[in-house]
Amino acid sequence: MRPEDARYSETHEWVRVNDKKKEAAVGITDYAVKQLSDLVHLEITPKVGDSIDPGAPFGEIESVKTVADLLAPIGGKILAVNQELIENVDALKTDAFDAGWMIKLKVNDAKGLDELMDAKEYKEYLASLEEEEGEKKDGDEVDDDDFV
Amino acid sequence: MKLIFEKSVPGRRGGYLPPADPGATLEDLVPAAHRRATPPRLPEISELGVVRHFTELSHRMFSIDGNFYPLGSCTMKYNPRINERIAALPGFAGLHPFQTEETIQGSLELMVQLERFLGEIAGMDAVTLQPAAGAQGELTGLMLVKAHHREIRQAHRNEVLIPDSAHGTNPASCTLCGYKTITVKSDARGGVDLDDLRKKIGEKTAAMMITNPSTLGLFEERIEEISALLHRAGAQMYMDGANMNAILGRTRPGDFGIDVMHFNLHKTFSTPHGGGGPGCGPVACKAHLEPYLPSPRIVRDGDRYRFDAHRPKSVGRIKSFWGNHGMHVRAYAYIRHHGPDGLRAIADHAVLNANYLLAKLKGAYLAPYDRPCMHEFVLSGQRQRKHGVRTLDIAKRLLDYRFHPPTVYFPLIVPECLMIEPTESESRETLDEFADAMLRIAEECKTDSDLVHHAPHTMPVKRLDEVRAAKQPIVRWMPSSHSGS
Amino acid sequence: MGYLPHTPSDVADMLKTVGVPSIDRLFDCIPAPVRLNRSLEIPGALPESELCRHLSEVAARNRPATELKSFLGAGAYDHYIPSLVDALQNRGEFLTAYTPYQAEASQGTLQHIFEFQSMIGELTGLDVANASHYDGATALWEAAAMAVDRTGRKKIVVSQLVHPHYRAVLRSMLQHLDVHILEVAHAQGQTPVSMLRDCASEAACVIVQNPNFFGILEDIAGVSEAAHAHGALAIEVANPASLAVLRSPGECGFDLACGEAQPLGIPLSFGGPWAGFLAARKEFLREMPGRIVGETLDADGKRAFVLTLQTREQHIRREKASSNICTNQALMALRATIYLSALGPDGLARVAEISCQRAHLLASRIPGRLVYPKAPFFHEFVVEFQKPVSEINRRLLEKGILGGYDLQREFHDHRNMMLVCCTEKNSPGDIESFAHALQEAAR
Repeated sequence: MRPEDARYSETHEWVRVNDKKKEAAVGITDYAVKQLSDLVHLEITPKVGDSIDPGAPFGEIESVKTVADLLAPIGGKILAVNQELIENVDALKTDAFDAGWMIKLKVNDAKGLDELMDAKEYKEYLASLEEEEGEKKDGDEVDDDDFV
Repeated sequence: MKLIFEKSVPGRRGGYLPPADPGATLEDLVPAAHRRATPPRLPEISELGVVRHFTELSHRMFSIDGNFYPLGSCTMKYNPRINERIAALPGFAGLHPFQTEETIQGSLELMVQLERFLGEIAGMDAVTLQPAAGAQGELTGLMLVKAHHREIRQAHRNEVLIPDSAHGTNPASCTLCGYKTITVKSDARGGVDLDDLRKKIGEKTAAMMITNPSTLGLFEERIEEISALLHRAGAQMYMDGANMNAILGRTRPGDFGIDVMHFNLHKTFSTPHGGGGPGCGPVACKAHLEPYLPSPRIVRDGDRYRFDAHRPKSVGRIKSFWGNHGMHVRAYAYIRHHGPDGLRAIADHAVLNANYLLAKLKGAYLAPYDRPCMHEFVLSGQRQRKHGVRTLDIAKRLLDYRFHPPTVYFPLIVPECLMIEPTESESRETLDEFADAMLRIAEECKTDSDLVHHAPHTMPVKRLDEVRAAKQPIVRWMPSSHSGS
Repeated sequence: MGYLPHTPSDVADMLKTVGVPSIDRLFDCIPAPVRLNRSLEIPGALPESELCRHLSEVAARNRPATELKSFLGAGAYDHYIPSLVDALQNRGEFLTAYTPYQAEASQGTLQHIFEFQSMIGELTGLDVANASHYDGATALWEAAAMAVDRTGRKKIVVSQLVHPHYRAVLRSMLQHLDVHILEVAHAQGQTPVSMLRDCASEAACVIVQNPNFFGILEDIAGVSEAAHAHGALAIEVANPASLAVLRSPGECGFDLACGEAQPLGIPLSFGGPWAGFLAARKEFLREMPGRIVGETLDADGKRAFVLTLQTREQHIRREKASSNICTNQALMALRATIYLSALGPDGLARVAEISCQRAHLLASRIPGRLVYPKAPFFHEFVVEFQKPVSEINRRLLEKGILGGYDLQREFHDHRNMMLVCCTEKNSPGDIESFAHALQEAAR
């Protein structure tokens, strides 16, 4: 079950804001984790104290054959970075939404939240993606022979 | 199999150990502050031990000499041995790059001739042999475009259009040159989607990078229209020449609107792949880009050749010395051996062989583009997915049949892609054997999918744990942790 | 004709299977206006025997260093290559294999590259190395680009005594990334460390070569310290053959080391193909460009090798890749691996020692002025004569001697100065002849 209190971006990040709408936790969804399959490496670039704009990249996650940008669903100032997760990226497989938080932000503009999807909308969005992809479900996985 | 370090025995010596001179030793001549305290821990092996080790390694690989190697866009053709003998002649192999011009006339002339041949094959006016590989050639070509635009006050052009089927080096080269990549879609026929292209051409377009025939093995039928569109918009056309094997002597990029292109001598012109390199990526261009070519150029001065480094508009030097001369010699020999008819025959047979295989395989495998191909073609493993088998599994199963797999999962626009390029070197029997194996595997997917899913079964190793390799990278031998296995 | 196996009957049958009447029909997709309706204007085909004769004639118009008494170095070194290097490298399995993307079918290639990476690590004293670059110059550019990426700084500091071609490549490549290059002039044939330190603030890296282009040994520990004092990365361009005996970049605190593997069993070949190497401290592993072979286990728990960390590379990152490199120089790296295995630490140290001894012998006999007599050198040094080096070299050639590099080509204040090199191939007798010939030629 995906958390009802989270909002979701089209690029499969989630954000959960505390009651006072001041602090938020950000991570990636279970769907993203499944797409990546074998997780290898997580990199979070900004440091505590840095500001980040909505939509800007805050790091990268790698599997053996792909690398994906992590994009901030809302803007704010970085309060914390989940070092434990960086050291044990496999934790994302079991818990993408609680222990799997990646950064915590001090929110500077809560309006952006409304433009994100809620849990139900996200579920519908995923269904539409799977329909579109059809046979191409694993199209992201690039395992390739290359040429010189 | 053991690493060579694990075969080391302290005190064991190799065959080459000339005696030091009497008198002052290294310790006398080089102050202690500059000397290392402990020697590097290189293996101590006898000469026969070295020969055995590398011979054993050579038995654990596939090669063109040993196996059919239909990697799409790699052009795994026969590497003629005569070229090896010629390149090893002391007159070529023993030439120091800084020798004075009177001692290198043979090689200077060879390079000028090779430039001329490649220019003729490309339909272009000038060639540089400096780039060491295709990717370096791409970067050089883009640098020429950039220099040209700077000179004609068009430096605001910072975007390059690249089809979604392109090789990864294309956009990577753009980034290195300071260009932004704009991806252009392919249409249902496998060509560039002209509507999408028109939308994306603008006043910021510097160039389009195109591969023709494309990475799908299809000739871009509207190439003239595309070139015209780009030229009208003030942009240049770059062609990735990886697939030249299909069109040698049949058409020339310079004749269909290309301004600059690179060759891959290690594909089209048979220089050996060597396990991943060396390559050589000469760049050919039209006259308006010639002033920007890397410096120096080789020019004729009366009856002699010399280097001309007085090239004020040149983009500079992109590699040390003059290029991979060993590859220049091999490619020159290859072209001289074939002559114009021979080169054209290469394209003829490469295209025939690919179409022959396509005809034999398109029943069992899905062929996304149902029209004659050029020197390579793509299939999709989508039908086999219904049985739980992926293209990766098919590739691994081919190893059990002693064929090297084709290129897989590239280009990105075809799901479960297999890209097959037989080349002109292969006999009909080999092609038939390969087709039989592919058909057998298609059957196995239906009747015994587990066999395919867990292939290969007959290689020195089974499938590898790539996650482990990436998460806990071990990229060198360490005495403490490697004790032999 | 050529290497085409098909008989006319093969072609006829195959056309039937394809369903077209002739091969020409398969080229209908080429629009008529762009079809080439004539033969390519290149010379007619030569059968192998003729080809051999023709190319032997071309080769005969060269006078290779290996057949003269050569004292030419300057970034390309004529060491003796034991015969087993050629014999093993020429095996068809190594020569005609492709990039080891299908690991199960390529354990041979993967293992020899892993061994190469390990040997480079040992020589440089650094933790990780990649599978090689096109040459030393492009390896240096990649190292500098790593430093720029890592530090976010847009300035690099380079010693003037880094090989001129390497500095030229840095200039051509970095201009597109908006990086400013500051070259530090030499003082008495060495890089002045204090000047380097002064220039290093806000620099992404400091680059020095050892032995430097003049053959002189630099104070590399001082250089790395100067770089780190300003938060810049320290990069050394090293001659791997000299690392048998010289202090390694790793032990002197360098972050990255790069250079040219040509002295390790790779023929001169007029400048290529060779193989550049790049090594780094382990914290830089994920930023290293190029192919990297890693160790892992197969499904049965057996040790095996595989290309790893491929998400750094162009075929996955595409426009986000930090490098576009696709090839490495696998076959040349193999030669270096065989050479190092054949020589072992003793053999490599011995070759270094003899080269050093011979160069010092020449220095004591040469009828010219040693320009940097106080500076310690390895196997090259700078000597001044009374007339232009080009003239001297012309006269030496008449005696079958290839003189040293004319420094005036790159250093305008080094008129009449020659950079001479000795390796173990220059016998004491050759050195005597050279000194003797110079008496006349340089008069």
